[in-house]
Amino acid sequence: MNVSGSDAPPVHARGLVKRYGEVTAVDGVDLTVQAGDVYGYLGPNGAGKTTVLRMLLGLIRPTAGSAQLFGQDPLVEGARALDGVAGFVEAPRFYPYLSGRKNLELLAALDGGDAAARIDEALDIVEMADRQQHKVGGYSHGMRQRLGVAGALLRDPRLLLLDEPATGLDPAGMRDMRALVARLSAAGTTVLLSSHLMSEVEELCNRVAIVRTGRIVYEGDLRSLRSRSGGHWRLRTTDDEAAAPVLRGQRGLTATGRDEATPSAPGALRFEGEEDAVGALSLALAHSGVGVLELTAVRATLEDVFFSLTEDPAATSDGSAASPPATADADAVPA
Amino acid sequence: MPPLRHVYGWELRKLRAQKRTYLGLGIAVAVPLVFVAALLIQNGQPNDVAFGRYVRQSGLAIPPVLLIFGSIWLFPLIAALVAGDIVAAEDHNGTLKTILTRSTDRSRIFVAKALAAATYAFVALLAMGVVAVVAGVAVSGFDPLVTLSGTSVSPGKGLELIGASLLVYMLPLLGIVAIALLLSVVTHNSAAAVVGALMISLILQLVTILPGLGALQPYLLPTQFNAWQGFLRTPVDWAPIVRAVWVCALYAIPAVGIAYTTFMRRDVTDG
Repeated sequence: MNVSGSDAPPVHARGLVKRYGEVTAVDGVDLTVQAGDVYGYLGPNGAGKTTVLRMLLGLIRPTAGSAQLFGQDPLVEGARALDGVAGFVEAPRFYPYLSGRKNLELLAALDGGDAAARIDEALDIVEMADRQQHKVGGYSHGMRQRLGVAGALLRDPRLLLLDEPATGLDPAGMRDMRALVARLSAAGTTVLLSSHLMSEVEELCNRVAIVRTGRIVYEGDLRSLRSRSGGHWRLRTTDDEAAAPVLRGQRGLTATGRDEATPSAPGALRFEGEEDAVGALSLALAHSGVGVLELTAVRATLEDVFFSLTEDPAATSDGSAASPPATADADAVPA
Repeated sequence: MPPLRHVYGWELRKLRAQKRTYLGLGIAVAVPLVFVAALLIQNGQPNDVAFGRYVRQSGLAIPPVLLIFGSIWLFPLIAALVAGDIVAAEDHNGTLKTILTRSTDRSRIFVAKALAAATYAFVALLAMGVVAVVAGVAVSGFDPLVTLSGTSVSPGKGLELIGASLLVYMLPLLGIVAIALLLSVVTHNSAAAVVGALMISLILQLVTILPGLGALQPYLLPTQFNAWQGFLRTPVDWAPIVRAVWVCALYAIPAVGIAYTTFMRRDVTDG
């Protein structure tokens, strides 16, 4: 059942389930990450993202299903299955009583090979060289995050697993983290990163899986996700009462009620349609003596798609390797 | 995979970097020094302890007195202090996930930790022994030692017997290490593991007080802390020493075995 290491996909998980007593944290997750992907594993807090990453790394045993990295199952092969794999789940943790450098030396010793020779380079990449002699106990969250990345780089990974890598970082730290992921990806590293931020995934990833309550509700590339995201128009006028029938009478437009989220003034008219018809509408409104206060094209963002998939109980799956529709009865899971 | 000696070496280095390590070692070194200082400033000697009445005749009588004193709770505590912490501290710091996602198998990490905990107990015991001999000889002289049989052995032979005694004393200490290690793996909590191991040691000493349970005494772990006294008889009484070997193994091997399987199978969710 093992595919040989060179052809096997970096991540190949089938039917992963993890239950803690009554709570189902992960409910049948299939995940395939191909070489070269920057794969976003996206979902709200508590959707079971970290649990999946822990199972991939062999830190916890799946209740059912299996996970292979480059064709090797960490539960079967032990640490050997993690050859060429690096990363961390949740915030990276270190020995507070050792210096940053000593922590990396320890990790390099556990890696074996020439990991120790990469310590200086890794510290330079994450810009921690000047703090390497300080004890980790005094590090800020951002510094630990950087050290965690340095620790991953020691393994010269072909697959990098990152769990919410930008969480808790200041804007500069986020920028550096994203730049680093982009750089590693350009150099051929496959990256699987979990996130609850659509913007982060949008910036970095080419493929995405969206999870809610332990199940994947979308799996596919970002472009097809974006094509689902449509858009609408928002209209505010001097006299909405008079404008509504004009809108309904305009060919090529579909009124869709009121837009409660209008930033300028809640409750603007909302409709969908092509630009030509919108131009005609503005003339028709003027003709009817209705003044236009605002006419805005609102492009739905991926964020909206994300919310509709992760919050709408009726959300269904899509994409190439998607799982069955999410059910609304899946339990909330502990963070 | 990196060799065991590298992983073990790093376990020792971690111990060296932690304050709690020096707490136990400090106590192990301080006890003989305090005892000798008390001899210097006070008259008399502890007559109700075996070897106690000879502590002014030969410095070599001091280590046996301290071994007897230390068997009640002192050495179990020192051993448990590190063995009970060695896995639980990783839980506390959230570092198990850090070290278990490298290229070293869980089994090797476990073995390295067990060896490091045993090493620590041995070093603490040895430190106490060496300091007790040196300080004892400095105060009471390098003189013949009176054995439990009332015979007298030369100082050289006495030193040899004390060395052998320390090794046999190590057996029940390894039993305590194993129990503390098990509790460390199971509880994920350093304080619970240290206190738990110490409580088990104390309760096993109390068991023999209960009516009808006196016959169990030779097979209880704390009893083995007296086995070394077989060396200080003429001729050497091997029976308690041989019994200590297998009785301690009966405690240590299952404890380590359960600790190992638990550690191998457990979900790492802390941190």
